[in-house]
Amino acid sequence: MDKDFVKPTEAQLKARRKRSIALAIALAAFVVIVYIGSLAKLGPSLFDRAM
Amino acid sequence: MALVEQEHMDDTGYRLSEAAPGDFIALLKPRVMSLVVFTAFVGLAMAPGVPNPLLAMISLAAIAVGAGASGALNMWYDADIDAVMGRTAGRPVPAGRVTPGEALSFGLILSVLSVSTLGLMANWTAAALLAFTIFFYAVIYTMWLKRSTPQNIVIGGAAGALPPVVGWAAVTGTVSIEGLVLFLIIFLWTPPHFWALALFKSGDYERAGIPMLPNVAGHAATKTQIFVYALLLAVSGILPAVMGFAGLAYGVVATILGGGFVWYSWQVLRMPESDVSMKPAKTLFGYSLLYLFVLFTALLADRLLAGFGLVS
Repeated sequence: MDKDFVKPTEAQLKARRKRSIALAIALAAFVVIVYIGSLAKLGPSLFDRAM
Repeated sequence: MALVEQEHMDDTGYRLSEAAPGDFIALLKPRVMSLVVFTAFVGLAMAPGVPNPLLAMISLAAIAVGAGASGALNMWYDADIDAVMGRTAGRPVPAGRVTPGEALSFGLILSVLSVSTLGLMANWTAAALLAFTIFFYAVIYTMWLKRSTPQNIVIGGAAGALPPVVGWAAVTGTVSIEGLVLFLIIFLWTPPHFWALALFKSGDYERAGIPMLPNVAGHAATKTQIFVYALLLAVSGILPAVMGFAGLAYGVVATILGGGFVWYSWQVLRMPESDVSMKPAKTLFGYSLLYLFVLFTALLADRLLAGFGLVS
């Protein structure tokens, strides 16, 4: 099957890079929020459990 | 690098996005979101009990994201009418920077994330209220009422009035009369706020085919209704003091602010039909924003001062 590659323009590449960075920051923030929130919700006893 | 079959490119409308992160932030309607966060914060602060500050902040963030999600769903559905109104034509979807599918996915994902986060970090009563708020704004208001009745923003205003109830529920896990009074204040504030805008933007709404009150019932009837709602709002504004969950100082501030609202609404009522600049309507629109902000700030200050034992 013949395939053609679509070459992104400079503006598209720049926009994609910015979106990737924003998504990475948002996901990292969400992880931190869930981690801190879990600690606040469940308390220090969260770590005091039998393995 | 994307690999696309050339023969399908035109059929599918495939394109490489040039949307910047700012376009997705615009989908969240940041200005509306800031009002939601503020009123939710006041609801949270007014509630009895001292929440964990971290959980309170996370709850507020979840409410903010939930509000943003409903904004994104609104912009997805309303792209056709946004395109023909000057005020909204530059929004990311009608301007072509974000596809409708992207806006829909963004809104749905954020809705699920915000509701689950609030449920897990606060409680499921608050989460259910947030889910109802998103549903009410996106489905009941945007998809149904907005295009079908001039009472659209009266009933739809319930969605914008719920954040303090959600904030209150995030602390207490219940819905109380005090939270409902805060709901009532924003519910009664919404019609005169939007009708003042609709008066001087009636051309925009008419082009878009949205049955706003000035386009359907005429300017005279709209002005009368604005005045009636202003009276009801002024009375509801002092209810927290009358019912005893805010102090006398708040009552004085609320009375002055309510008096101002009635005064500016009276100026709108007296505005002649020939007045094309509609300065009184523009003034009322600006004042209505100030009114809500100062009123809720006064509630917050009253609660803080009471907490320090400085007022009764």
